[in-house]
Amino acid sequence: MIALAVIFAFLLAALGLGLRARRGRSMDLEQWSVGGRGFGTVFVFLLLAGEIYTTFTFLGASGWAYGKGAPAYYILCYASLAYVLSYWLLPAVWRYAKQHRLISQSDFFVAKFDSPLLGALVALVGVVAMVPYLVLQLKGLGIIVSVASDGRVSSHWAIVIGTVALTLYVTISGIHGSAWTSVLKDVAILAVVLILGIYLPLHYYGGVGEMFHAVDKAHPQLLTLPSSGMSASWFASTVLLSAVGFYMWPHTFSASYSAQNERVFRRNAIFMPLYQLILLFVFFAGFTAILVVPGLKGADADLSLLRITTATFPSWFVGIVGGAGLLTALVPGSLLLMTSATCLSKNVYRLARPGTSERHIGRLAQWLVPALALISLYFTFNGGSSIVSLLLMGYALVTQLFPALLASLAPRRFVTKQGAAAGIVVGVTTVAVVTLSDVTVGSLLPGLPQAVKDLNVGIIALVLNTVVMVAVSAVTRAESPAPATTAALRPEAAAGTG
Amino acid sequence: MKPIHLLGVIPFLGILGGIFIANRVTPYVLGMPFNLFWLVMWVVLISATMAVIYHLDPANREEHSS
Repeated sequence: MIALAVIFAFLLAALGLGLRARRGRSMDLEQWSVGGRGFGTVFVFLLLAGEIYTTFTFLGASGWAYGKGAPAYYILCYASLAYVLSYWLLPAVWRYAKQHRLISQSDFFVAKFDSPLLGALVALVGVVAMVPYLVLQLKGLGIIVSVASDGRVSSHWAIVIGTVALTLYVTISGIHGSAWTSVLKDVAILAVVLILGIYLPLHYYGGVGEMFHAVDKAHPQLLTLPSSGMSASWFASTVLLSAVGFYMWPHTFSASYSAQNERVFRRNAIFMPLYQLILLFVFFAGFTAILVVPGLKGADADLSLLRITTATFPSWFVGIVGGAGLLTALVPGSLLLMTSATCLSKNVYRLARPGTSERHIGRLAQWLVPALALISLYFTFNGGSSIVSLLLMGYALVTQLFPALLASLAPRRFVTKQGAAAGIVVGVTTVAVVTLSDVTVGSLLPGLPQAVKDLNVGIIALVLNTVVMVAVSAVTRAESPAPATTAALRPEAAAGTG
Repeated sequence: MKPIHLLGVIPFLGILGGIFIANRVTPYVLGMPFNLFWLVMWVVLISATMAVIYHLDPANREEHSS
């Protein structure tokens, strides 16, 4: 019960910070969702880094190290490569977003392609991709509270309580709450991960090297990528797909709007990769758990980090670990909820009812938060996937926005709005069909070499997407040769907070 | 695209291509299996590469006044 009390204290602190951050600011939509575009290097760093250290890294990465071994290393790599891309991508996005006073990711597509309909499509894809991401945060919350309470609070109730807290927090404070809780979260998670990753191997084996030797002896296959399945070619394609998709998440994309200037991104590209190394200690903890708390199968591998914590430490420390874990679900969860709500109200509802006032859109966005939370709650209770597979699905979906985005940044526009839309639809449909029917590249085309069969299916969807985008653009362009480049400057594209 | 920006390609080669060669447990380096060490090394090298690009990129000098 001490553990639960400590976790509860973390929850209260997060709510308190969220409420305090609101004071003294009038909350129009631009203030509520992009912080008035006044965040410097440190806050943008925390927001974008806060996005990375989610329940996914905390429970999911250790769970995959525990259950799958070497394939978990992909988590260390993709974000680092995404930062390399960000050096060129984010300044271009930011500059355009500032010029046109954009708020959401779909605003960007609306303005670039001069097509509110395309914007609505992008918003819907984003929201659909965010549901598995939200579900995994809620799952994480449930795991943390129920393990920390020794099962006295069932994970169902834990998830319900967590969802209520999350919803309250977002509705009340918007992005200012996220930024401040990010500070608390990052300090807590940094400390906890370092302590666990260093102490656990030392305590049980006498060191990291000894721990890896013992694991290798007991499970000789675990520490290398297998020759089929999650092979090197799966690894490379998954890292590439996730790196490309990294900034396509609506919440990450629009969090970048909150920067003060574009140099913030270029400077962050140097430091963010180093921050990834914290993951190394998460892996150490997960690998240590293999022989200490054996027998967790399938999605239960996500429990490994907390099981080894309760088996090793006194109750108050379990509370601190759980509290830090709670924050890793709340901060990204709040960002996800807020962004989906903004997308839906601004880019989908507005399209259906063009005359709606800015104030009304803002109020609707706040009301959509609890509705979206309820939907995620439903899926949390009705799905059995592990944390990492949920995220991989979201990534495969959201990555389908990348070809159109890249095309829109080119100085000479070749891709038309029809081409962009067709590409996105084909890509997303491919991912959905493949995910729901459980086919792999290998089962579709059994004659291919193993390295091709193991490719992440998201890559195949991305290729189809690009081919369709180019083909449809070529056709529609021939029909209507009107230049698309000046269209973005029309006044309704700039309708931010007029 | 300035020539210095091409440096950004190197990390992709090191991680996406390198994993095919480096996928092995031995030799252990710093207590880590070789494949894990290889990837960690590249994460550090990414940071170094981006620092070099940042300092050589004229775009960051022009903006100093802002």
